[in-house]
Amino acid sequence: MSKGTVGISEFKAAAGPVRGSRGPMIDLLVGTHSRRIFGVVVFFLLLEFVTSLELVPAIYLPRASSVVQRIIELLQELKFLQHVGATLYAWAIGLALATVMSVTVGIIIGSSNLAYRMMTPVIEFVRPIPSVALIPLGILLWGQGLSMKVILVAYATLWPILYNTVYGVHDVDPIAVQTARSFGLGRLSILRHITLPSAAPFIFTGIRVSASIGLIVVVGAELLASADIGIGSFILFVSSSGGHMDSVLAGAAVGGLLGVLINSLLGAIERRAFAWRYMGTDAQ
Amino acid sequence: MSLPGTAARANAMTPEWRNRMLTVRGLRHAYSADRLAIAELGFQVNSGEFVAIVGPSGCGKTTLLKLLAGLLKPSAGSIYLQDRIVSAVPEGLAMVFQEYNRSLLPWLRVRANVELPLRYQAINAPERNARVARSLQAVGLAAFERLYPWQLSGGMQQRVAIARALAYQPKILLMDEPFASVDAQTRADLEDVVAKVRMQFGITILLVTHDIDEAVYLADRVIVLSSSPSRIVAQIPVEMPHPRDQITTRASDNFVAIRSEVAKLIRRPAEEATL
Repeated sequence: MSKGTVGISEFKAAAGPVRGSRGPMIDLLVGTHSRRIFGVVVFFLLLEFVTSLELVPAIYLPRASSVVQRIIELLQELKFLQHVGATLYAWAIGLALATVMSVTVGIIIGSSNLAYRMMTPVIEFVRPIPSVALIPLGILLWGQGLSMKVILVAYATLWPILYNTVYGVHDVDPIAVQTARSFGLGRLSILRHITLPSAAPFIFTGIRVSASIGLIVVVGAELLASADIGIGSFILFVSSSGGHMDSVLAGAAVGGLLGVLINSLLGAIERRAFAWRYMGTDAQ
Repeated sequence: MSLPGTAARANAMTPEWRNRMLTVRGLRHAYSADRLAIAELGFQVNSGEFVAIVGPSGCGKTTLLKLLAGLLKPSAGSIYLQDRIVSAVPEGLAMVFQEYNRSLLPWLRVRANVELPLRYQAINAPERNARVARSLQAVGLAAFERLYPWQLSGGMQQRVAIARALAYQPKILLMDEPFASVDAQTRADLEDVVAKVRMQFGITILLVTHDIDEAVYLADRVIVLSSSPSRIVAQIPVEMPHPRDQITTRASDNFVAIRSEVAKLIRRPAEEATL
């Protein structure tokens, strides 16, 4: 990668008019990075100040710093890490299932004009139903275990991926397709070489959006179902015994941290794999 | 065995057919009952010939190319590539579009873009590599094969599209306003690239353009179309020797005379309509 980058910047320096030099981009990234950290610090200090006023007794609303301390303790406990692992496991299987199904169905709907016109209203209707509302139904149908969590995550994460796949496939550039056709490529080769690569960034965005939704649903399901294991069941357990509000909030915060980590990881992959989308073409 | 996209053979290679690359007869195309794009077209392009089709904008030039490439089905009439009827996308035909940035694949490097169509041909890897190298060389982009299209200027991107078509070794190359999206200097450079590779590879070219100068400068014959629904107004041979030169050819009396003749022909139907 670094080798290629050097070659590119050399060429750009030589050719001049090509847009998007590396330097300012790195500045921008570093800039937003430090600004983000600054924002987090300010927010934490604010929380610490408010909680230290003890407007609410500390037993109900502990100090921000004691929650942070509890997070650090928890992350060193094997039992808690098993909870985190169980949550991530259900989340990953559910998301993987949803991805496979949505991408397959999305390609079919997106490549057929008739299916596209028939299915988009359905998708638009079902998509905004909050998946969390279906958790009680899921518990009723599939109990408290892994399969309930996986099915609920899969259902919740299906829609954004399906939606993005359908639109990504449907909006593939007709000129690119005509070019391929004129060179004698068949339907499957066009799907492989034109449609899928050009829809891939959309599909990936769908996966990234779904990843966060899936995390909310899996923790919520664990909480409502009083599952044996998972971040949600940990939160339920410590809250039911009373006087452990720091643990409750720490558990919730770890869930949030997972979300941030997953999102930035996927975002980084996205920027790297689909760099071509962010580069200006010099057309007209 | 019949090639894909072609069906019935015409009268097997009579002398009349031997030299013919493209034959269009009674071609008509309507998008709908009240949208007639092409009224009636009939013309031929001989093997090795460079024909330019000019006409006022919106006269159905792009529709014509899509019909020729088998991307659209005509409402009536027939198209022959050599002696075979075109019924679907025929073999041995390549196309260069005006929108190079949409026609090239941004996720593939220059080299892979040029190579992609060849991967679906019965060509072994060494031959494929040789063809890619030769065509990139011909358009002056040999040093840029590892870059992505979006790292290149517009003119260079269009060269990649031309190289991709050359590597395919088509019998006929169709070009749809290939230089309409670039600046004047780049345009002249690209014209000369096309003129050069045409001699070098000996291919037949059908160029569609709204630019009269360009048509006369490049072609052996200019076909003038009327405004939509299109018909042929005239066919004008361009009898000037090759290679031509941007400065001297364009300044020659012959060039100026043909140029103004074509310009008059294009303007005439519009004037008649307004009178």
